[in-house]
Amino acid sequence: MDRFVFLTVDGLSRGAVYAAFALALVLIWRAARVVNFAQGAMAVAAAYVAYSVSAATGWYWLGFGVAIVAGLVLGAVVDRVVMRHVDHASPLNPVIVALGLVLLIQAVLGMVYGNEFRPAETPFSRSALQVGGVAVLSPYDLFVFATIGVVVSGLAWMFARTPVGLRMRAAAFAPEVSRLLGVNVGGMLTLGWALASGVGALAAMLVIPTELGLHPHAMDLVFVSAFTAAVVGGLDSPPGAVVGGLVVGLLLSYVSGYAGSDLTPLAVLVLLLAVLLVRPGGLFAPVAARRV
Amino acid sequence: MSATGAVLPPKHRPAEPGDRPAERRRGSTLLRHLAVVLAVGALLVAVSYSVEPFRNFQLATVAAYLCATAGLTVLTGLNGQLSLGHGALMAVGAYTVALCQNAFADRGMTGGWLLPLSLGAAIVATVAVGAVVGVAAARLRGPYLAGVTLAVAVVVPALAVTFDGVFNGEQGLSVPVEPPPLALGPYFPYERWQLWLTGAATLLALLLLANLIRSRYGRTFRAVRDDEVAARLAGIHVARTQVLAFVVSAATAGLGGALLAVLAQSVSPGAFSLTLSLFLLMAVVIGGLGRLTGALWGAVLLVALPDLTHSATELLTLSPAVAQRLEGNLPLAIFGLTLIVVMIAAPGGVQGLLSRLGRALLARWPARRS
Repeated sequence: MDRFVFLTVDGLSRGAVYAAFALALVLIWRAARVVNFAQGAMAVAAAYVAYSVSAATGWYWLGFGVAIVAGLVLGAVVDRVVMRHVDHASPLNPVIVALGLVLLIQAVLGMVYGNEFRPAETPFSRSALQVGGVAVLSPYDLFVFATIGVVVSGLAWMFARTPVGLRMRAAAFAPEVSRLLGVNVGGMLTLGWALASGVGALAAMLVIPTELGLHPHAMDLVFVSAFTAAVVGGLDSPPGAVVGGLVVGLLLSYVSGYAGSDLTPLAVLVLLLAVLLVRPGGLFAPVAARRV
Repeated sequence: MSATGAVLPPKHRPAEPGDRPAERRRGSTLLRHLAVVLAVGALLVAVSYSVEPFRNFQLATVAAYLCATAGLTVLTGLNGQLSLGHGALMAVGAYTVALCQNAFADRGMTGGWLLPLSLGAAIVATVAVGAVVGVAAARLRGPYLAGVTLAVAVVVPALAVTFDGVFNGEQGLSVPVEPPPLALGPYFPYERWQLWLTGAATLLALLLLANLIRSRYGRTFRAVRDDEVAARLAGIHVARTQVLAFVVSAATAGLGGALLAVLAQSVSPGAFSLTLSLFLLMAVVIGGLGRLTGALWGAVLLVALPDLTHSATELLTLSPAVAQRLEGNLPLAIFGLTLIVVMIAAPGGVQGLLSRLGRALLARWPARRS
């Protein structure tokens, strides 16, 4: 029972990060109809910037802030310099270009920092607090929950309640009409990329210390898990991404706790295939109306 | 929305060999392809005698990669299905060959027919895996398909560590391969034998692929890629066609992986990482999607670029640590950058540029004559 409680909390903590990362994927998918396969590599790049800043100044929080700013800037740059010029007539093209970005970013990181794992520090202790003799939550888990909660509710508030959010939704939903009504559609797209990449950078900062450490490929499996989470929830649904993230986090935690951590990649693949074959639109989408 | 669209709308479709008017293709396709294959084979034998052993080995590696890239270009270029999992399929072929060869060696069996048998087993195993992935892939489009195959690429190499009792974890397995037959003489260079072996297997695979592309199946592949609804209205079973394309592509990828394992005489999960899958995709895109000649350019690039960057970094005087970092990563960076630039500036790839150049020259020539 203790083990179950521990695995559940650990899974939710991991799931919260997957949820944020999946949310970033959904943001770009809704804005540009592109699944950003370079998201993991971009987030790792931001985390490396944070690592350098923290190492130079000895101040974790400065690195943390810089990582998010770097994520925002990187997202905007990727949209303006690369993605904007890709022919979107075929859905293959943006995927292939994003994969080119993955190779490029990981190679540059490897050249600058080397292809070895670097320890990543956490701002709070990761040893769990005892509640009634049962190890439940670590301060770091609390920090993860609080940060992700603030970000998710902040994004929800922004999209639902602010004029910028309304414009972003309009630009994604009906670009031509929005342009006629005076919405800067291109700018909204760039803002969407920047926001998504910033959220991705935040997720990387939160998840990398809990894994093996900083490495150019550190987010590969996290990306696959987050993609699975986004698909579980339906690529079009932000609340779905959050729920999907928690589901994937819990599943991975139980599999690694009860069956061995080696099996987690296989569990992700099986879940992804099962969801796509049974409910391709995700759990929160209406039944797809595609017939060929 | 875009996920449901046809992958390459007709207006963006590059001209292909199969589109030529019928009067320019006289005679049997099979015989013509056979003649080309025999000519290339003879050329390869001649080359294998005239270049040094290391170049022979490099050519053999090109041949092994060519198997995989040719299969991938049929899948992605002709059938419009994106696969990021071909590195994993190569791993399936490579591990099958390793397990078969080890089993034969343990039982003390020798003979020239064992290696073809192992290669055949590798193809069968990859076809089985490819059929499973292909059935799932036939129901998926665009980014979903990319995501699933990406997961395959990340997960399958990890399985070698999960089941390390069979696959020996990160260490991998060695692949015992017999020396060249004595009939070729006692001092026959091993690298030349490797080139003959992989060259013969690859040429055979290419011959089959080239005929497939020109056949009824090739036409249905393209029809499904261009417009699924129209293809279905024309009586083509879309899902079956897509699964068939995936299986064919998987078979060649498995053969390519098996040949690589035979060349390296070892397999390990590190050799079949996600990066390899991205490399293969990059090779076919840069070479020119949907053409076997494009696959050849891609395979040549895969072998030549790391070699070139290695020579380039040796020219610079760098500290060993920096040189080591550059050597592993510079080719990756160049590949990634080239992929982005090619996708934005020249979606037809190298072969597209070459045929555009050829057409421009042809158009000018009769004009000057008249």
